[in-house]
Amino acid sequence: MNNWRFFLPLAVFAAFIGVAAYQLTQPKDEFVYSAMVGKPVPQFAMRAASSDRPGLSPADLKDGTPKLLNIWASWCPPCVAEAPHLAALKAQGAPIVGVAIRDRPEDVATFLARYGNPYDRIGADDLSKLQLSIGGSGVPETFVIDGNGIIRYQHIGDIRAEHVPLLLEKLREAGE
Amino acid sequence: MRWLLILLAALLALPLTAQDAMPPAPYAYRQLDDPALEARAQGLMAELRCLKCQSQSIADSDAPMAGDMRHQVRTRIAAGEEPETIRAWMVERYGDYVSYAPRVTRTTWPLFAGPLLLLAIAALLLWRRFRKKA
Repeated sequence: MNNWRFFLPLAVFAAFIGVAAYQLTQPKDEFVYSAMVGKPVPQFAMRAASSDRPGLSPADLKDGTPKLLNIWASWCPPCVAEAPHLAALKAQGAPIVGVAIRDRPEDVATFLARYGNPYDRIGADDLSKLQLSIGGSGVPETFVIDGNGIIRYQHIGDIRAEHVPLLLEKLREAGE
Repeated sequence: MRWLLILLAALLALPLTAQDAMPPAPYAYRQLDDPALEARAQGLMAELRCLKCQSQSIADSDAPMAGDMRHQVRTRIAAGEEPETIRAWMVERYGDYVSYAPRVTRTTWPLFAGPLLLLAIAALLLWRRFRKKA
C-alpha cells in the first residue's frame, strides 16, 4: 500500500475546510434576482394608485421610450431614503413610472406630497400580482424597461446616490 | 403595582413594523372551502419559499408578500390549475431557489450522482477485499 493513499481522506477533508473557509469570507448576497430580465413585462391590469397621476397599463410600457419601473410603497422606509435619488434621476431626464404595492390612495398622496412625485404614472398593485409575475422580491425595486416592453435590468433595494449614474447608463443602453 | 403596569405595557406593545395598512389578501389566511383543493394548495405552499424571509415557506410566513403568494396559489388551485403548473410559473420568475422541492438540473446533478458514486466505490472495495479472502 502506498503511503500517499493513507493521507487521501485527510486531504479531501482539508480541501472541504478550505472551500468552506473561502465561502465564509465572501460577502453574502441574499437577494433573489428576477429570472424575467430579458423577457417582456407580463400582462397586468391595475387601478390608478393616486388621483393626480394616471394609472399604468401594459401599453404604457411599450410606447417606444425606455423607462424606469419603480416598485415602492408609502409604508416602506427605504422608499423614503430612495425618494431624493429618484428625483435626481427624473431631473436628469429618466422617465419613471411607479407601482404602489398594497397601498391606499390617501397614504400614497401623503407620501408624494411629503417626499416628491417623480412618477408619470402610478398603478396600484393591491395583491402584489404584478410584483410576483415580474419576479420582484420586495420594495423598493426598480426595473429598466425598454421601448418594446422588454425587461432589461433589475435593481433590488433602494436606489442610492451611487446607483443613479448606473441606472442612467442602463436606461441609455435600453434605448439603443 | 407599577411593575405590573410596566409588564402589561411590555406585553401589549406591538413591535414597530414596516407593514402596510391594507387588509391581507382574501385567501391569505382563509382556506379554500373544498378540503381536497385546500390540501393541494397546502402541499404547494409548504414547498414555496417566502422571498422576504427566505428560510420560511409561504405557508409558515406572516409577511404580507407571502400572504399575497398564498392568495395566488389558492385562487389558481381553485380555478383548476395544477400545483406543478403554478410551481413552474414561480420558478420561471424567481429561479429554482423559490421551490423547496429538489430538482435534478445541470448544476445539481452531482448532488444526486455523488452518493451513488461513493456507494459504487464502496461496493467495489468490499468486493475486492472479500474476493481475496476467499
